[in-house]
Amino acid sequence: MKRLPFALYIAAVFIFFYLPIFVLIVYSFNNAQYSLLWHGFSTRWYHELFADHDLWVAVMHSLTLGVFAATSAMIIGSLAAISLYRYDFRGRQFLYGLIFILILSPDIVMGISLLILFSLVNVALGFWSLLLAHITFCIPFVVVTVYSRIVSFDEYIFEAAKDLGATDMIIFNRVILPLLWPALLASWLLSFTLSVDDVIISYFVAGPDFEILPLKIYSMVRTGVKPEINALCAVTFGITLTLVLISQLLLRKKQ
Amino acid sequence: MKNEHSFKYFSLSVIWVWLLIFALVPFGLVTIASFLSHSDNHLVELPFNFNNYKQLGNAVYLKIFRESFYIAGGCTALCLLFGYPFAYLIARMQSRFRNLLVLLIIIPFWTSSLIRTYSMITLLKPRGLINSILMWLGVIHKPLSLLFTDTAVMIGLVYNLLPFMVLPLLTNIERLDDRLIDAARDLGANRFTTFRKIILPLTMPGILAGCLLVFLPAMTIFYIPDLLGGSKSILLGNLIQNQFLVAQNWPLGSAISIVFTVLLLILLLIYWRNMRDRLEGDLLT
Repeated sequence: MKRLPFALYIAAVFIFFYLPIFVLIVYSFNNAQYSLLWHGFSTRWYHELFADHDLWVAVMHSLTLGVFAATSAMIIGSLAAISLYRYDFRGRQFLYGLIFILILSPDIVMGISLLILFSLVNVALGFWSLLLAHITFCIPFVVVTVYSRIVSFDEYIFEAAKDLGATDMIIFNRVILPLLWPALLASWLLSFTLSVDDVIISYFVAGPDFEILPLKIYSMVRTGVKPEINALCAVTFGITLTLVLISQLLLRKKQ
Repeated sequence: MKNEHSFKYFSLSVIWVWLLIFALVPFGLVTIASFLSHSDNHLVELPFNFNNYKQLGNAVYLKIFRESFYIAGGCTALCLLFGYPFAYLIARMQSRFRNLLVLLIIIPFWTSSLIRTYSMITLLKPRGLINSILMWLGVIHKPLSLLFTDTAVMIGLVYNLLPFMVLPLLTNIERLDDRLIDAARDLGANRFTTFRKIILPLTMPGILAGCLLVFLPAMTIFYIPDLLGGSKSILLGNLIQNQFLVAQNWPLGSAISIVFTVLLLILLLIYWRNMRDRLEGDLLT
């Protein structure tokens, strides 16, 4: 049984990954205010959550923002990925490097630089500043997701389409889109997830008139541990988990 | 022929214009702001000067830089120490559960890091799971103060960033050619020599990518020290946030960010030198 220690090690790391979230979800159903002891199953924190009007406003704001940001980022990012793959142009390496750096560079740098931009050109902090920021940080992830899918295509299909007289527009509509839609959908879902979860960049470019869910969660968490927060976090985690699972299913490479 | 190229020009101009306006210009503005002075009325004012950078030489700031560096470095080391064997075992596993396990690593990568940080509080708080179990076991008699310590910040950082170390390592180790390892063993190398001379150099890009993805965020995720560390521990991220949103000293905040970005570029250069002969797009795919 030489393998047992290895299996135990893998299990230990996974427990480290998932135990805190699991505990959080369990406690969101605990019928007690502060106690760690189990006081019976209850959905009362969820009921309190649904009754919280401010929270619903923040949720609606986040969903709206997420849909617009994900859709715009998906369009811009996938056009960029297709161009990066198909064309040779001046600055190709630079564009690639820039996208790479944007993925790596910590959120805080993008947050403050956009804050400076928006205050310089007098964009009021609120929906529009958040939307522009969210599109910007989602684009690189879309490019990477879509690009890695395109490189797995057989490049002769583009050649074949061209030989048969198809223009770029027709190749895009008839060849690229039908092959690429799972990757596009996956990149949309991932962008939506990033947008709905983002704290750091939003923290700098959000305004008082447009409250969004992650910042609302952040301010609730800062003021103390309440069972409603457990419920809120459990719901949010559940939704993003579902989106991530769907996106991974779509991106699964055919064996 | 015009129509034939319109798609190319359209898509390229959209991405270029977008990144120019929302990435390059804003970064240029940060650079400019870092050479301006703080003003109570206008946020920033002329003339150009190096005062902000000189100010960073103060003992207070140097201390924060040093501590951030140590904490982020420690976090990176721990993630590598725990993440490498983990990634290695999973990458070379021959099991039908393998894809499921990889998925279980991808999930924390994409789900909210704030929520995961919050979930750590449930474990670490005085009447949280860890203290309760230890007291029930009789190891301790009164709760340990785990929360609001540097240890809690470190646990929170490792918890949040470990997937960012594991994923690039996993993709890298998966591509390792078994024949090279067999060859080394056939030529008489023991396990340690095989690791040091074959496996380690071949997985260096994964190690570097993982370290980049852990080290930089570790210095800047300001809500982790904020939620788990109390007011004592200030990381670089907390300092920048404070200069922008509390002290309203944008030029100083910008200067700190520029120093930080230079650090990022140096690390990136090291990474790229190492990656020179490899294909592009290895990082997250």
